[in-house]
Amino acid sequence: MPWIDPRASGIEMPEDAPARPSLGPGVRTVDRPALFGAAEVGALELDDDTVVDAQELVRDARIDEVLDRLDSELVALRDVKTRIREIAALLVVDRLRRAVGLESEPPTLHMCFTGNPGAGKTTVAMRMGEILYRLGYVRKGHLVVVTRDDLVGQYVGHTAPKTTEVLKRAMGGVLFIDEAYHIYRVDNERDYGQEAVEMLLQVMENQRQDLVVIMAGYKKEMDRFFSDVPGLSSRIAHHIDFPDYSIGELMQIASMMVERQRYRFGAGAGAAFEDYLAMRMTQPRFANGRSVRNALDRIRMRQAIRIYEAAGRGRRLTKRDLVTIEAEDILKSRVFDGGAYASGSAERV
Amino acid sequence: MVHKGLRITQGTFSYLPDFTDEETKAQIQYGIENGWAPSVEFTSDPHPRNVYWEMWGMPMFDLKDASAALFEVKRCREAFPNSYIRVSLYNSKLTKQTTALQFIVNRPAYEPGFRLDRQEASDRIVRYTLHAYALDRPEGERYRDA
Repeated sequence: MPWIDPRASGIEMPEDAPARPSLGPGVRTVDRPALFGAAEVGALELDDDTVVDAQELVRDARIDEVLDRLDSELVALRDVKTRIREIAALLVVDRLRRAVGLESEPPTLHMCFTGNPGAGKTTVAMRMGEILYRLGYVRKGHLVVVTRDDLVGQYVGHTAPKTTEVLKRAMGGVLFIDEAYHIYRVDNERDYGQEAVEMLLQVMENQRQDLVVIMAGYKKEMDRFFSDVPGLSSRIAHHIDFPDYSIGELMQIASMMVERQRYRFGAGAGAAFEDYLAMRMTQPRFANGRSVRNALDRIRMRQAIRIYEAAGRGRRLTKRDLVTIEAEDILKSRVFDGGAYASGSAERV
Repeated sequence: MVHKGLRITQGTFSYLPDFTDEETKAQIQYGIENGWAPSVEFTSDPHPRNVYWEMWGMPMFDLKDASAALFEVKRCREAFPNSYIRVSLYNSKLTKQTTALQFIVNRPAYEPGFRLDRQEASDRIVRYTLHAYALDRPEGERYRDA
């Protein structure tokens, strides 16, 4: 039975009657002009002097808030922040253009983050989901983090459903592939990674409006990965390199972490920590922000045992004791022993 | 008289005109936001008592966005363009554990409909059976283009 528009059929309807019967919750009824494409209507009716309100859009989406948080919570990473600002600006302008009826292809936002361990790749990726959600580029803004194991199957016919499953879960949000270069192993031709890569490529190309893929990995390995898989690099619009932090930036990160965990450095502790970092940076397996976090965790443990023992000796404790990290907590680190560290096998702090 | 076929009405929304993909997606999204899991099923047997249709893949329990379910609907439609395809939204909550919403998203271009068979039984009893014309032909050839 074809559905009849009461207006078209000439039946008298009250002025505010809906053009279509309500389809129930979850369905937005679309106004007629929008149904026929705002583009054609707009392009005909709006002249070049039409005023657009960028301020309002930025305010409504609270984009500044996210960008400011990015600025204040992430130390350094100037290139990364500039790029994100550019993307945000592009998306805002794109929405304004659409508002006045200028149709343009949605931009490709697949990204590749390269950099050493602990440089902030995952942190930025998490933020990316939120930013793109606020800008209306993705519909949900959730982040799905996967590695090779989640994409590549164990036997023939296992890979495709596995990869599809992951891609489906990530739709409407951001798919973050950590250590992406592991997916494809060029030295093993019986590896199923190739299949996963092909499916990825296909979805990255055909379903751009459904999900954003962010790949992350170390620079050298990612470069090799891209040269092994032709066509992948060119489908990723944004290649962003995360540089290592300088010691000043690491100190900034440290003081932010200390503050966030409601601790503070006592007299001389800041300087001690800086000495610690200077020594730690020259040693192997230094992982930027992650090493700072690990160091602080150890320092908190040493502070705890110091307080615990002091309390055992009958000392009265104050709130100040609980929040203060003293220089001695830092100086007890093995890093200051020198030598012993370089030959160690695990990261010790 | 020209036989016009019969548009079968099963599940929700079946008296409405067919949904566009956008409308289908919005319905699925509504279900997902209620915590229901979408799944796609298909069949070529239109009989109302045929309740268990073939599953097109697994139910999608951890979706956030309906576009993934629509993606499966489209793939199913590509594979079985001339079949009935429906989307079910399953409410897995304890004490519910049932289909919360189900609607047809694809139907054959021409639906031939049903005839009523009468069977003479003992003592002048007449038994009635609903017979789908489509089932007279083997699977895969049941529906012709419009």
